[in-house]
Amino acid sequence: MSTAVEIAAAVRAGERSARSVVEEHLAAIDGREAELHAFNLVTAGAALAAADAVDAKVAAGEDPGPLAGVPIALKDNLCTTGIPTTCSSKILEGWKPPYDATVVQRLTEAGAVSVGKTNLDEFAMGSSTENSAFGPSKNPHDPTKVPGGSSGGSAVAVAAGFASLALGSDTGGSIRQPAALCGVVGMKPTYGRVSRYGLVAFASSLDQIGPFAATVADAATLYEVIAGHDTADSTSIPEAVPSVVDHLGDGVDGLRVGVVKELLDIEGVAPDVAARLTAAADALSTAGAKVEEVSVPAVIYGLSAYYLIAPAEASSNLARYDGVRYGLRVDASTTGEMYDRTRTAGFGAEVKRRIMLGTYALSAGYYDAYYGKAQKVRTLIIRDFQAAYERFDVLLSPTSPTTAFTLGAKADPLAMYLNDVCTIPSNLAGHPAVSVPFGVGDDGLPVGIQVMANALDEVTMFRVAAALERAMT
Amino acid sequence: MASLSRDEVAHVARLARLQLTDEELDTFTPQLAAILEHAADVEALDLTDVAPTSHPYPLKNVWRTDVPRDACIREAVLTAAPSTEGGMFRVPPGLGEAP
Repeated sequence: MSTAVEIAAAVRAGERSARSVVEEHLAAIDGREAELHAFNLVTAGAALAAADAVDAKVAAGEDPGPLAGVPIALKDNLCTTGIPTTCSSKILEGWKPPYDATVVQRLTEAGAVSVGKTNLDEFAMGSSTENSAFGPSKNPHDPTKVPGGSSGGSAVAVAAGFASLALGSDTGGSIRQPAALCGVVGMKPTYGRVSRYGLVAFASSLDQIGPFAATVADAATLYEVIAGHDTADSTSIPEAVPSVVDHLGDGVDGLRVGVVKELLDIEGVAPDVAARLTAAADALSTAGAKVEEVSVPAVIYGLSAYYLIAPAEASSNLARYDGVRYGLRVDASTTGEMYDRTRTAGFGAEVKRRIMLGTYALSAGYYDAYYGKAQKVRTLIIRDFQAAYERFDVLLSPTSPTTAFTLGAKADPLAMYLNDVCTIPSNLAGHPAVSVPFGVGDDGLPVGIQVMANALDEVTMFRVAAALERAMT
Repeated sequence: MASLSRDEVAHVARLARLQLTDEELDTFTPQLAAILEHAADVEALDLTDVAPTSHPYPLKNVWRTDVPRDACIREAVLTAAPSTEGGMFRVPPGLGEAP
């Protein structure tokens, strides 16, 4: 299977038709989708029509865009005009947004072809896609295992060759963790780099859209297409986005790489994953980087702070699902009873847990002890990261403490939350981070290495990711 | 912090406009208590002199230029509603029937 960069080059040069590319990927979907359930919806007809439009542009000598004819899968919490956007929740089943997310608009302008909407944990709350109202996705490397989550369907789509690229959203690791478990590249940009307009909100101060791809160069190319200021998102960063693609080959000679001690010692990091991290550190060292261990003490409080802040924001964001304006309504004789019945029938167990947790953390008498404290911990984490970035260009850790686990193995919510222990700190700090596949664990399943960087330094982060990828090939 | 009681969970569910069955209350109470227990490490920290962070970057208000634009998508919005009447969202009565 060709990379996205190769496909776009061939389509732009008229050597391949976008239609043939899309047909090839639709055939791959036909072959394994029933087994893996990457998608909530495959939009084959619209994909072929979009491919034909790209081919028509090429034939007419017009610029078809940097991602011409590249098949892409979209997480089903990204708004797409007239195409159902469910967040894998019964409460939004059948809802068709009246507008496109900014990222979707940019992809269309770039000539990318959407092949469908991918499965996720309901409202992006989870680390396995098992919280989807439409059933879990399966890991293509071993369908008895989870693909990770919450953007599990997007990771599966790329890993199984259903699409060259995919978009996900990452609130506490929801791009990087499934990328690690499925053996693909997954990246969360600096908070504000990519417009959140049209991303269904989970925790607004943490949510960020980012790319999945089979290679670092493909992920970097997709990142460049979606990044940049957008007036429709008031938290969008106005600064220009420097090219990351131009620096992928710069190497790591002289770069200072810190291996975060706390994220290796933290609960649950498996020895085979730790061994891969050591191998990654050695590989960067061989490539000329100065690798040392670094302490970022406050990250050990990240998980606790996250599971107060994210549910608090979610309880507020999800108040909008009340049966009045869109989605499910369960009728009743009063408005209040209608709200209650609609929300009770529409939300799954994990979403209810988080709404209640957030409501509690924000309620009178507990606000200071929980939400207020968690916000202060966020300050500590940012402060400790800043100290580390004075001495290091990038930081390294495992992406996920373990390789993919068996479906149903983590029924206890807290056990599931521990999957995100290494990825959460970057969300709390608003920093960019990427997961790069780096070999396999004892079970033969993929292991991902996380490269973290300071705010707005995607260039250095991608350089290191590219060096890790080269070390594996 | 005392551990979370069944009654507190029932109260929080009411605040969040969720109806829980007895069985759900039995399941959710220990689960939520365990999560809050894990958060006890944060609760125990002395953070008196630390400023809270509500957002990763210093935000300032953003203004757009005050020019008319085509933002009228009322029909499209109403199409998605479960029930409408006269160009508005229709809901059941706020107070219901008198007893």
